[in-house]
Formats: sequence, C-alpha cells, structure tokens
Amino acid sequence: MDFVHLLVIPILVGTVATAQEAPVPQPTPAPTPAPAAPAQTSNYFNPSISVIGNFLAVGGTNEIENLPSASLRESELGFQAIVDPYARADFFISFSEEGANVEEGYLTFTSLPWDLLIKVGRMRTAFGKINTLHVHVWPWPDAPLPIVNLLGGEEGWSGDGVLVAKLIPLGDTFSEATLQVFRGESEGLFTAAKRSDLAFNGHYRVFRDLSDSTNLDLGLSYGFGPNGTLPDATTRLSALDATFRWKRLRTGLYRQVVLRGEFFRSSRDQAGGTESATGWFAGADYQFARRWWVGVRGEAAEHADDAAILDTGLAATLTFLPSEFSQLRSELRRRRYAGSYKANEILFQVQFAIGAHGAHPF
Amino acid sequence: MKTTRFLLGAVIFAGLAIPAQAKLRVVTSLQDFASIAEAIGGDRVETFALAKGYQDPHFVDAKPSFILKLSRADLLIVAGLELEIGYLPPLIDQSRNGRIHPGSPGYLDASIGCNVLQRPTQAVTRAMGDVHPYGNPHYWTDPENGRIVARAIAGRLGELDPEGKAAYEANLSTFEARLTEKEREWQAKMAPFAGTRIVTFHESWPNLARYFKLDIVGTVEPKPGIPPSPSHTLEIINLITAQKVPVILVEPYFDTKTPRYIGNKTGAVVLTFYPSVGGIPEIKDYIGLFDYDVNAFVNAMRGKE
Repeated sequence: MDFVHLLVIPILVGTVATAQEAPVPQPTPAPTPAPAAPAQTSNYFNPSISVIGNFLAVGGTNEIENLPSASLRESELGFQAIVDPYARADFFISFSEEGANVEEGYLTFTSLPWDLLIKVGRMRTAFGKINTLHVHVWPWPDAPLPIVNLLGGEEGWSGDGVLVAKLIPLGDTFSEATLQVFRGESEGLFTAAKRSDLAFNGHYRVFRDLSDSTNLDLGLSYGFGPNGTLPDATTRLSALDATFRWKRLRTGLYRQVVLRGEFFRSSRDQAGGTESATGWFAGADYQFARRWWVGVRGEAAEHADDAAILDTGLAATLTFLPSEFSQLRSELRRRRYAGSYKANEILFQVQFAIGAHGAHPF
Repeated sequence: MKTTRFLLGAVIFAGLAIPAQAKLRVVTSLQDFASIAEAIGGDRVETFALAKGYQDPHFVDAKPSFILKLSRADLLIVAGLELEIGYLPPLIDQSRNGRIHPGSPGYLDASIGCNVLQRPTQAVTRAMGDVHPYGNPHYWTDPENGRIVARAIAGRLGELDPEGKAAYEANLSTFEARLTEKEREWQAKMAPFAGTRIVTFHESWPNLARYFKLDIVGTVEPKPGIPPSPSHTLEIINLITAQKVPVILVEPYFDTKTPRYIGNKTGAVVLTFYPSVGGIPEIKDYIGLFDYDVNAFVNAMRGKE
C-alpha cells in the first residue's frame, strides 16, 4: 500500500499542478474528481523509483570467461525526478556481487537555447549504440565481444564529465551531434595519472523514417583518452553503428524486426608501438508473437593490447515476455577464444522490474 | 563583431516576422486531438499526431524523428492518465523545447475536466495487469469528452495566440453546434440497442459504452495488456453463450484470431471497432469517427436480427 503511494504521488504532482493552471472555458465541466491516492504533501516531490533485477544462470564450460552458475548479476535502482524548471536528474545505482556502484547519475538541462542539451555527472558514453544502453535493455544477456575486448570489459565505457548535444535537423531527418569530455578514467580502458588527463568522445547520429513501418538509425563515433601504459600514451577509438527496424504500426504488437551492427576500431599506444585492433558484431531480432522474440548474433574482436588474439562468437536467443515488466531469455552461445579454445554455453536470464513505469527502450 | 550583429539582426527579424504569419505548431499524441485542434484552429494551426489511429496508443516508439517535431512545437496535447508514459517523457526531455514541458502553457493534458471512468478506488498493483492508476485513458471515445477537450484546446490556443482568440471561439461554436447535431443523430441510431451486452478485446470502451448505454460484460484480454489465455477464452465463450452477447468489439491493432475463434463457437459477430481518427482512411475527423463506428455497430446488429 505505502509502496504504491510512494510511486503514485510524485507523478500526481504534475497532474494536479496542471489542473490548477488550466483555464476551463465556460460552461464549467464537471471537475476532475480527487485522485485516488491520499495527499501526503511531504512525498510530493519524491523521485519516481524503480528496481530492475537481472538474474543470470549459466551452463557449459568456459575457462576464459568463467561466469558463475547462478547469480543476481545486477540489481539496478533508478531514481528520477524533475529538479527545477530547468533540469531533471537521473540516478541509476547498480548493486552486484562486487558491491554498489553509481552506474549513472546526471543532471540534464532540458530547456537550453540553440537546440542544446547538456548533461553533467556520471554517464555512459555515447560511443556506438549498445554502449549507451543499460544491460537490461540489451537484446542479449551478455555483452558482445567488441565491447569486452575493445571498450575495457562488459561494463563498456562510461565516465564522469559533461555531455553537450545539439540537434542539427536535416529537413525532416533527425541529426544530432554530441560531444563529451570526461575525466580520463574508465575501468580497463583509460587511466588518468594527472588532472589534465581527459577523455573525449564525439558522436554523430542520423535517424530517418524510411516509411511508416521502417526506419534507419546511423551513428559515427570517435573518442580518445589516456591509457596509462606510458606517459602521454592514448587509446583512440572509433565506431560505426547501424540499426534498421521494421514494424508495421497496425500489427506492431505482434511482429517486429530489428537488424543491428556495430564496427569498432581501437588504436592503443603501448610499449613497442601502437596496437590497432578491430571488432564487430551484427545481430537480427524477430518478434514472432505478442510475447516472443528470437534472435541471432555474430561477433568477432581482436584484443586491444594484442591484435594477434582474435575471439569470435555465435549466439542464438529466445525471449519470452510474460508482461511488460518481466522477461525470460535463453541464449545458446559458442565462442572461440584466440582462434583455439572453444566454449559452448547456455545462458538463462530472468529480468523483472518493479516501481515506476519507465519508457520503453528504442 | 559583424557576425554578432548579423545574428542579432537575424534573431530580431525572426522574432518580429514569425508570429505575424507562421501557424501555431500543434503536436498531439493522438490523431483525435489533432482533428479537434484542426477544427478549432482552422488555418491558424498545423498539426502532427505522434500515434497513428491504427496503432496501439500504449505502444508508440520513441523515435528521434518525433524529437524534431516536438522541438518546433508551440503546443503539445496529450491524453494524460499515463497513456503516453512509455514513450513521451524521454521525447519531451530531448526536445530542447521548454514551452511544451508539463506545467508550461504549451502543454495541455486533455484529460483535465473530462469524465474519466474506472479511477481506482483501491490500491492498484500490477497483478491487475497494465492498469492506469489515474483512470481509463480511452476517455475520448465519449463525444461529450470530445466537447470538453475542444473547449480546453480553444482556451489554450487563445492564450498562446491572442490575436486568433475570436477565430478560435467562433470555430469552437461551430464545432460544438455540429457535435450537438451529430450526437442527436448517433443517439437516435443507437437507441434501439441500449442495454446490449457486449464483449470487447481491451478495456478501451467504457466511455463509449456508458454514452450509448451498452453493457460491457467481459474482455477478451484476461487483464489489461495481458494476451488471451485458453482458460479465460473458455470463460468468455461461456459468458457470451449464457448472456447472449451479440457482438465482440476488437480494436484494429489486436490479432483477431482469438475473437474469431470465440465468434465461431458462440455466433457472436466480431466487429473491428476504431477507437481513433485515422484508424482507416475513411475516418477523417473526430465526428467521422463516431459516424463510422455507429454505422458499423448498427449494421452488425441488424445483420444479427
């Protein structure tokens, strides 16, 4: 009961506030009845709260990526609210077996002139597409190899700093340029020895509706930062991402296709010269019934510090969503590490969300 | 310096030039509100609806192309009651347009003042399916609510564009007069079927049912947003047989397989029923929506007799 009120009240505030302002032309219609939840003004401005659980069970043998047989891999706590007339704040706190961690926590200035949007705080880097997404909205239970090998690990690239994004409309086509400046720290990727060691990322995105049912999303990213191997040694990263979607609006509840692919390149200064490594993944996901999806993924990535080591993989997924708020997914995965060691595994994931209704990922 | 002066000049010019001629850009979540806004705004407004009339209004993709539309909008009209919660909040945040943020003059929640049904009187949980804690958001299927929405839109357009206030008020009078006349016609056509028991796919129709005195006795969905299950389908078949339900109304975006199965077992007519303008090309505006649905219902019922 209290839990429901806690969630309901912050959202109510918006409705009530608008109700007071809205001029009701005469003759006066019946007033909106009082909301069902009792008013507790002290709770009015509490953020909306959500919790997402991500359970992962793994079968098979893999000596390289030795995932536990069963784990509550992540519990993500989200707090989101409007701060003032100029900004909103979003916090995502992730609890895992390693402990608690602020995955993202940022302030977004939403009413700036010149089509600008500014975020300040800790956030995922707008580098490629999958790297910007939280684990629970990925179409797979695991991170694709180029994220693991070239962006410093499953967690990918995120940082503390500032993001500036500007809309650059090309007629009816959406286009947006994003620039991010971070402290040069990201686990497994960048290390800032001194204060002036910063990481930068630029991202350009174009989105176009090809028809009512199809659209294409393209992105180009370039970033760099200090890798800590030698003084002034940097790692330079670039990526290309493409997503094609098909969904007939009338039957969209039952049938959808998403094709996606990303290509990554890393140039890493290290003892002995610069190591250039590449990686990619490509996937197709098909919704074949209201609550069912199937998908396939191919992937390959060299290691950022030794491009002679190439890992490759193939995976197939089957997903069932009992409702919008829970999801069961299995993945059959075959990975070949360094061209020799082979691992066949089955991953089984259960995800569940409680609390405020978040937006559907797109 | 020169550039600054040029920019300043351009800004001032833009500031002077635009309000004189440019139309008010109205973005709505539903085609129904766009249609009403067109009726009220006439040639002073241009409208764009995010959701198409033939698409489930709960599940609209938050496409970046919508961000562009919102970034240029002067007025955003939403159904409210959390109908748009799955896609609109992130779009508004990314629109860079403070004028359409909730609480701003450019944001109009059309549900305010409307007769909203099924407001929960007890604590809601998601065990009840995808329930809306503020009431059923499909309230525009009652033409009297359409009238309230039209008044709210006229009021808001007049605030945003005081020069057009008289025009909006005149258009509102015309719209209301036409609606009143049409309501008499619809009520007359539907009067013989008052009290008819119906089954619907989703809980989209309590407002329409109340308005035309139809009696919704069940839904094909066991709970809102939960697809049909075999056991619930069996219950509905028994219910339709026991209560002699003549018709099953199905929104255009739902699979008709289960309703047709139920229809075959019971003899009930499965009727695709359109909740929104644009559901099919013939439904061109808000008044046309009821014209079409009323005729479709009457024809289906006559076919049964």
